Amino acid sequence: MFPDQFLFAVEVMLNGLMAGVLYALVALGFVLIFKASGIFNYAQGVMALFGALTLVGIMDGQVPFAHLINAIFGTNVHHFGWHVPAFLSILLVMVVMVGLAWCVQHFIFRHLVGQEPIILFMATIGLAYFMEGFGDLMWNSEIKKLDIGIPQGGSMWIEEATAFLGGSNFYGFFIDKLEIVASVVAIILVIMLVAFAQYTKQGRAMRAVADDHQAALSVGISLSFIWVLVWSVAGFVALVAGIMWGAKSGVQFSLSLIALKALPVLMLGGFTSIPGAIVGGLIVGVGEKLFEFLIGAPFLGGATENWFAYMLALLFLVFRPQGLFGEKIIERV
Amino acid sequence: MFYRESGDFSETYPADSQTFPIKFDRYRYYAVLVVAFLIIPFIINDYWANAILVPFLIYAIAAIGLNILVGYCGQVSLGTGGFMAVGAYACYKLMTSFPDVSIIFHILISGGITAAVVALFGLPSLRIKGFYLAVATLAAQFFLVWLFNRVAWFYNYSASGQINAPDRTVFGHLVTGPNTDAWAKYMICLVFLTFAGIVARNLTRGSLGRKWSAIRDMDIAAEIIGVNPLSAKLSAFAISGFFIGISGALFFSVYLGAVEVGEAFGIQKSFLVLFMIIIGGLGSIFGSFAGAAFMVLLPVLLKNVLVGGLGWDTALAAHLEFIIVGALIIVFLIAEPHGLAQLWRVAKEKLRLWPFPH
Repeated sequence: MFPDQFLFAVEVMLNGLMAGVLYALVALGFVLIFKASGIFNYAQGVMALFGALTLVGIMDGQVPFAHLINAIFGTNVHHFGWHVPAFLSILLVMVVMVGLAWCVQHFIFRHLVGQEPIILFMATIGLAYFMEGFGDLMWNSEIKKLDIGIPQGGSMWIEEATAFLGGSNFYGFFIDKLEIVASVVAIILVIMLVAFAQYTKQGRAMRAVADDHQAALSVGISLSFIWVLVWSVAGFVALVAGIMWGAKSGVQFSLSLIALKALPVLMLGGFTSIPGAIVGGLIVGVGEKLFEFLIGAPFLGGATENWFAYMLALLFLVFRPQGLFGEKIIERV
Repeated sequence: MFYRESGDFSETYPADSQTFPIKFDRYRYYAVLVVAFLIIPFIINDYWANAILVPFLIYAIAAIGLNILVGYCGQVSLGTGGFMAVGAYACYKLMTSFPDVSIIFHILISGGITAAVVALFGLPSLRIKGFYLAVATLAAQFFLVWLFNRVAWFYNYSASGQINAPDRTVFGHLVTGPNTDAWAKYMICLVFLTFAGIVARNLTRGSLGRKWSAIRDMDIAAEIIGVNPLSAKLSAFAISGFFIGISGALFFSVYLGAVEVGEAFGIQKSFLVLFMIIIGGLGSIFGSFAGAAFMVLLPVLLKNVLVGGLGWDTALAAHLEFIIVGALIIVFLIAEPHGLAQLWRVAKEKLRLWPFPH
């Protein structure tokens, strides 16, 4: 028997861990692109939104650009009237994400090779704006439900199994099934990514590019191919994150704001480290939920989740500028 | 033909190092001032003031401020919206606490308060750089908006959580509040913009501006040749904050009149001002004006053409605006990283030689 307050804190922490997994999922995409090309991709969140929007659009058989077509030609098209099964649609969306990766590489970053990192960063902000408008134009901006058969709602089993821990006011830990699924998916995804990077030819080439562009070029690795590959993989990660967040809270504009949540995660974990992204995500998820529960809601008027992660990351950076797992930054004149 | 320096001799060093050394340029500058101060106030109407001119003037001040930080000193900031909110709320608290003091002083003091806050958030810049710093300034953005939302003292415990600008006068003319004349709004913003432009121009070409540029180009090298990074970076943050604070104060008191912090000073505002200086030109005072004008005019133009002209609905026009703004940012970064200001410079060079380009 534990005191109720303690058990509630544990419950908050568990939920924080689950949220942290989702943050880590977005942060992973950032790390992949940053390692391979030195681009800090602000558009990662919008890519998640775009992936989720496209998935819903294909599944429901929406006509792309229906809004624009109707405005120009005075027609009234909106749906093809078919429903595509979830698995097939996910495959189709992956094709779209690869196409997107190619376009991004071909039309934007190929022309910006050798620019300062901060210019590349601002270009990705432009890209984020473009894709936000483009996604809305293509699939309209209504809030959509994404249902690909992931179980939802609290897990009764965990609740009943843990109810004995507390007194009569405690009914067991409430944990959303969706978040459990998301955690499992995230773990599988990370294992897949690591296996891809370690054991396949393309994965090795990817790591070589991340280590040293020129050395990789000199042994015959095609940089532009690797960059398209990396953007595709990041697009795939974004799609997974988009599906999870979309299933949780609907596919809508606010989905793109998870990118803003992933930034402090990256600062904590270090921009170049995959384990860092995961640990950082968990720290931020647990930290912000616990802070809100223990200090934010009772003393500060609530809604501290908006800034807590940033403040944590900011304080952290002052003491360790490269993040938890980041490589030491060495500067030369 | 129109634009040349032949016969235009400077005989003293000050004459040679002035902002507009070419006579034609100088007269053009005076002409712009005359039109802005003596002609526009008499022909301005409410639509032009509220839709175009007043937002342009206010955003131009913010863009000058951000350009000092990003364009001259190389410290990227994504906290502009939050910093404008500091100016707005400082101005509100001053206006309601000291109703007898002139609003001019309130706005200047709000700028000073914002400068202090921005310098505080600029402290991490001594340890962290590049986009680590950009992300760190996001902390300021979210924290400040939250603060003004949650702490009731800042909005004088009003039930709606909004702040409303009380009526204030300058030389007997109303400049804030709902009954203000269009020309009065325009004039007060114009005076502050002119002041900001002249101060910023002279700061950036003086020793302080050179220190900033040295830090921007390579901070370690700058330190080795004797630029103190602490004072250079923090002065850039503070001075940038001063202008951003003034623009926030004007944005609230003169332009909007009533403000809800998350809506008026959210992260979108930070990006908007950043886009202004990217499109206008990083490291150029003229670029700040050009970028502000561009980003204010673009939505108005799109709305007039698409909604007014073609009869499309506003949601569609809004989506297209996102696409166009995003694409323009990318195009400018690829094709002309120095923005509209550089295009203007190139055009001037061409005009100087025209019609005999060889």
